[in-house]
Amino acid sequence: MRKHIFQGLIRAPLTEAAPVADDAATAELAGTLERAARRRLGRSLSIRAVDAGSCNGCELEMHALNNAFYDLERFGLRFVASPRHADVLLVTGPLTRNMREALQRTWCATPDPKWVVAVGDCAADGGMFADSPACVPGGVGATVPVDLRIRGCPPRPIELLKGLLALLQQQA
Amino acid sequence: MTALDELVAKGQRIAAHRPVPRAIVDTTVWERATQALANSGAILLGLWGERDAAHMALRDADNGAIAVLSLACPDGHFPSVGAQHPPAIRLERAMRDLHGLIADGARDARPWLDHGKWEHSRPDARAPYDYRTAEGDGLHRVLVGPVHAGIIEPGHFRFHAGGETIVRLEERLGYVHKGIEGLMVGADLARGAQLAGRASGDSTVAYAFAFARAAEAALGVATPPRAVWLRALMAEIERLANHFGDIGAICNDASFALMHAHTGVLRERVLRAADAAFGHRFMRDCIVPGGVAHDLDENGRAAISRLVAEARQRFPALIALYDDTASLQDRTVGAGYLKSELARQYGAGGYVGRASGRNFDARRDLTYAPYDQLRFAVPSRADGDVNARVWIRIREAEQSLDLMEQILDRLPTGMTRVKLPRNGGEGLALVEGFRGEILVWLRLGSDSTIARCHLRDPSWFQWPLLEAAIEGNIVADFPLCNKSFNCSYSGHDL
Repeated sequence: MRKHIFQGLIRAPLTEAAPVADDAATAELAGTLERAARRRLGRSLSIRAVDAGSCNGCELEMHALNNAFYDLERFGLRFVASPRHADVLLVTGPLTRNMREALQRTWCATPDPKWVVAVGDCAADGGMFADSPACVPGGVGATVPVDLRIRGCPPRPIELLKGLLALLQQQA
Repeated sequence: MTALDELVAKGQRIAAHRPVPRAIVDTTVWERATQALANSGAILLGLWGERDAAHMALRDADNGAIAVLSLACPDGHFPSVGAQHPPAIRLERAMRDLHGLIADGARDARPWLDHGKWEHSRPDARAPYDYRTAEGDGLHRVLVGPVHAGIIEPGHFRFHAGGETIVRLEERLGYVHKGIEGLMVGADLARGAQLAGRASGDSTVAYAFAFARAAEAALGVATPPRAVWLRALMAEIERLANHFGDIGAICNDASFALMHAHTGVLRERVLRAADAAFGHRFMRDCIVPGGVAHDLDENGRAAISRLVAEARQRFPALIALYDDTASLQDRTVGAGYLKSELARQYGAGGYVGRASGRNFDARRDLTYAPYDQLRFAVPSRADGDVNARVWIRIREAEQSLDLMEQILDRLPTGMTRVKLPRNGGEGLALVEGFRGEILVWLRLGSDSTIARCHLRDPSWFQWPLLEAAIEGNIVADFPLCNKSFNCSYSGHDL
């Protein structure tokens, strides 16, 4: 284990190293996102994920935000374990009827000021499941007020980051 | 003639069903098949319904033959399979929820996917759910979900615990039921493939692969060789990404974040290589009936070669890290032990089965192209705990790297997609996804639109085993044990 930790000290961080397009965009976002977040919320934005019927694809990309390449926490953005700690709900999925009550209760448990971001094509407008009798007509937006839609199936992590930035700028 | 062949021979064969036989049988044969399941003569691969018929897919335990038996249920009733063979219980409950078919003599008639929230919910589903209980001095309940603390899919877990020790876990699933099979009806094959690819996001390749094979079997279409090999390449990339992610996530649930950070980097490398090669990080919608939608060019090939080289360089140090960290193994060894008898009875696939002595892999045992031409080992162990499930993933990831190299070396040239005829037919396919074998059964109308499609996730036969494996563990170890199973919610709920 010591070897891994020592290597971590001497190796350049992955986050800034590779000069490919995605990493460059990530680095570019770092400054603006931080300024906007500070103006609105002091120093941080806490995010709570709610799966309202997703296939789990969007969740996998949200997980990726925490890896060394995207390192979400350097922006002051972090995932929290309870809606009571959250500023933002990231909602995925077309909203199944079986999840409607849970989504409503999660939203009610989130203190003001709060924002809802619909992540993925399903959450945006029902996507491929819009006509399903097992899903709530109108989807996420008909049940809780949606502030922003980040499209994609699933959206790439970099698009999720851009979306969170857009939200901050809109609210600031 | 083996037992399953005999049962098929007693029924009326459906000529349009490929590649394995399907027969319409009477109640006597249906009950004999149930007996065969109960006395280990056969493994249940699937049990599903439609408005006036019940179907079961079985695998003969002796010779590995597969067949589908169908029973007409004009009155909406069929003899329960679950009454004698518990792995069928939840499947029967779902059949009643979705198709109104009633399993006569069932041990558990509670609703399953139907939470009483649909327009056409069963009346009894609207009543409060009748949870099981446990009684004893000082027992308390812990209720978790459907919204969990992490970035996870929704499901409800109800623990009865004595102090820290779990005496009973009951799962309640169905929260992410989106009606995928309902949307399939009347859809064309292109939309069907997209829906199948959204059954479980982490297995989008495996589902699309299985759906495409079922469709091609039904239509009697031969897939171009290059497409077949590219499909396997995608399937191994998907397996690798998921295994890297899982190995780290399991260690993370034992509070060993270092491993999670390192495997997270490897996983991201895999997804970026997939993106470079096939234009999508998860390779979603890349496999279509008739072939693949995205050919591999030289840049893509180079990206995958670089990935394999880097993984080969980095992964051994992480394996050593796992192997050398006693404090981590203190959490994983002995936790979440699953008995081999249960793995066998449930026909548990993937790392859950293979870590508990069930040495089965659809790529080898129900082989399909191109795996019949590839060399790979199927690791298995008998110790059945979290540690065993970690090691199975480690060994499988190594095998996937090997397979990716073999595929790149021998990738045939030629076209990657054929035009599909418009005709009817029935097809069944099983494809080994990262968590086990996925079954797709398809019936096409005469214009090749979908008349009925059933998708069976490996999780159907793994979720119930988690309830068994968790007994006697402490509540705080549930995330660790759960992650080592990593069952799909969406693939199960559909």
